Amino acid sequence: MRPEQGTMQSRAMAMAALLELLTDQPVIICNGFPSREAYKIADRPTHFYMIGSMGSAPAIGLGVALAKPKKQVVIFDGDGNVLMGMGTLATVGALRPKNFIHVVFDNEVYGSTGNQPTISNVVPLEKVAKAAGYVNVERVREREDLVYEFKDMLKKDGPNMLLVKVNEMVEDVGRVMLDPPDITKRFMNALE
Amino acid sequence: MIESDAFIQALQDIGVDFFTGVPDSILAGIIADLMERRLYTPAVREDEAVAMAAGAYMSGKIPAVLMQNSGLGTSLNTLISLNMIYCQPCILIVSWRGYQGKDAPEHLVMGEVMPQFLDTMKIPHRTLSEKTAIDDLKWLAETFMKQRIPVALLITKGVVKGLHP
Repeated sequence: MRPEQGTMQSRAMAMAALLELLTDQPVIICNGFPSREAYKIADRPTHFYMIGSMGSAPAIGLGVALAKPKKQVVIFDGDGNVLMGMGTLATVGALRPKNFIHVVFDNEVYGSTGNQPTISNVVPLEKVAKAAGYVNVERVREREDLVYEFKDMLKKDGPNMLLVKVNEMVEDVGRVMLDPPDITKRFMNALE
Repeated sequence: MIESDAFIQALQDIGVDFFTGVPDSILAGIIADLMERRLYTPAVREDEAVAMAAGAYMSGKIPAVLMQNSGLGTSLNTLISLNMIYCQPCILIVSWRGYQGKDAPEHLVMGEVMPQFLDTMKIPHRTLSEKTAIDDLKWLAETFMKQRIPVALLITKGVVKGLHP
């Protein structure tokens, strides 16, 4: 979504606002620019940065949430990713993990491959999640609403989906400078 | 024929404590047993099951994913760009549909090429038999621990008691 279409907030700005509210919660971050931006904004051992396996972030998060019911699991996802792994909304909705917060940064494009449009401009993903059985879903645009709803979801039993409309601006970021096996090891140690 | 409860016990004995997957008739007895014991988390696609297993593995579990061999095709990208690249092992319990060309048409191509397919993907595999079952499970555990990648145990029709014995 272009800034002139009414969304002033970039994904990196939205992500920074959420990372400020998190401490030691495990965060699974989808492939492409979201992982690279999160790594630049705040690198924590509790972050699992994905490269590849697009669409799998909520499924990985679900595995963590089921195995670690006392940890609140956060997923940073994108609209293209959710559309690719849409079946997982149903699995999450059916299994109803309480400790599951699914944040979708919705910019309506495949931003890592040249901004080809997705179909999230006409498919309201948070309504799909609600129909599938997510307990709380919200769609927000402004930073204040984003912060308010995220704080609220941190207190509520889930599964929760917070969809935030963002523009297609991308931060000037490099790749995640960690080897994938080291990301695994570090994340596992942080979860213990 | 191996009883499904004995098979599940053997998997638990090597440490498996997270079971997910997508059903197949050859695996029906095992899944029914797992569900009765509330040990099974159903997935809607095999790649989702593999990713869920990866999350469970990173949370300290030893995961097993049950699937029909058609699901290997569905899981291919996840097995490569998640499990292989991130060194995340999981045990794949795969039913070998189309074994020796005796099955419905949709299973024949994958049934014929499956061992070569797994070899190409560098996924170690063995085919379960009643005679060598103890050894097969031991191999499974050792390969999982040593190689830290997905490892597959293939099950042909009639080896573990299922819906169509």
